[in-house]
Amino acid sequence: MSRSDALVDADWVETHRSDPGVVLVEVDEDTSAYDKGHITGAVKIDWKKDLQDPVRRDFVDKTGFEALLSARGISNDDTVVLYGGNNNWFAAYAYWYFKLYGHQSVKLLDGGRKKWELDSRELVEDVPQRSRTSYVARGPDTSIRAFRDEVVAAIGKQNLIDVRSPDEFSGKLLAPAHLPQESAQRPGHIPTAKNVPWAKAANDDGTFKSDDALQALYADGAGVDFGRDTIAYCRIGERSAHTWFVLHELLGQDNVKNYDGSWTEYGSLVGVPIELGEAK
Amino acid sequence: MTDGCGAPAGGATSLAGIDIDSQAVVQGQVVRNGSTVSTGYARLLNDNGDFVAEVPLSDAGGFTFFAAPGNWTVRVLAPGGVNVDRPVSAGYGRVAKLDIVI
Repeated sequence: MSRSDALVDADWVETHRSDPGVVLVEVDEDTSAYDKGHITGAVKIDWKKDLQDPVRRDFVDKTGFEALLSARGISNDDTVVLYGGNNNWFAAYAYWYFKLYGHQSVKLLDGGRKKWELDSRELVEDVPQRSRTSYVARGPDTSIRAFRDEVVAAIGKQNLIDVRSPDEFSGKLLAPAHLPQESAQRPGHIPTAKNVPWAKAANDDGTFKSDDALQALYADGAGVDFGRDTIAYCRIGERSAHTWFVLHELLGQDNVKNYDGSWTEYGSLVGVPIELGEAK
Repeated sequence: MTDGCGAPAGGATSLAGIDIDSQAVVQGQVVRNGSTVSTGYARLLNDNGDFVAEVPLSDAGGFTFFAAPGNWTVRVLAPGGVNVDRPVSAGYGRVAKLDIVI
C-alpha cells in the first residue's frame, strides 16, 4: 500500500466521480452534514447508526456490513472513495472498517469535506439512487484491530501511540474540547505510550503531510521503532484510525493495529496501570 | 461504542442541560462584512499551539468548545484562505464569549 493507492485528491474526484465502478461515500462526525450538502453522487454512511452494533459495544458484524453496503448499492468490485468532515476522522475510521471486512479498492479523499468546502467546490442536496447489490464481505481481519488484553500486554513491549491532544494525554481534558468533558472514569494515558497527536500528521486544510514529513514525525520526532509492532489509540478509535491510515496505508507499515476501544474503554478498566502528566 | 466524538450539528452547542460549573466553555460567532459566516471551521489550540479540537461553523457562524481553565487560541479557517487567530481565557463556571470578525 502506498499514497497513490490509498489517496485521491479533489481534482481526481471531479474527474472520476461519475465513472462506473466508482462510489463516493461521505462519513461525518456531524452526522447531519451530508443532509446539508455533499459531493455530487455521494451516498451517506452514518457512523453511529450504520457502523455500530445497536446493543453491544462493538461495531456491526460481517452480516451487518454486508447488509449496509448492499443497501447503499456498493459492489465488491467498486472503488469506494471515502471522505468526511473533521479532517477525515470518521472517513478514516470507515476506511479501516472497509479494510477490516476485506474490501479491495478503497481510497480517502485527501483533505475530506473541509478542503472541499474551503476550496469552495460544489455541494448538492440531491441524494443519488443506487440499485441494491448483494455485497459479500470477508471475515474480520483482526491483524489490524487491537483488543484490550493485547493492549495491556503491549505496555513496555510494543509501540503504543496515543494520538489524542496533549491535554487529553496529560489528563487535563477527558474528551476533545468540542464535547462536554465526560466519558472515561479516569483521565491520563497508557504507560509507555508516546503522544503523537493525529493533527501533527495533517495540514490545516486536512490534507496529509508528505511521506517524508510523516516518517520524520513518527520515527525521528517521536522515536517510534517501526521494527516493533504498533498499536494506536485515541478516545473511541476514530482519530487513531486516522493515524492507522498514515502508518499502515501511507507509510506501508504492516504491523500496525487500531485499538478502537481506546480511552473510553481503557480509562474505565479496573486494575490497569495509568499514567498522568505530559509526554516524557 | 459510546456517543463518542459525535460533533454537535454545525458546531453549535446548546448549553441547556449542561452543568456549566464543571465546564470551561468557549463560545462565539464568526462574522464577515456584517454577516455571519456559515462555511468555515473553528479550531481550538492550546497555549503551546497544539491542536485540541475543531468544529464546523454553524449556520449562524457559531462555535462552542468545552476546554479547561487556562489560555487558548481559537483559529478560524474559511474559504478564501482565511486563517485568523484570536486568544481567549477560559475558566470553570463561565462562558468565555469570543466573537471573531474576519
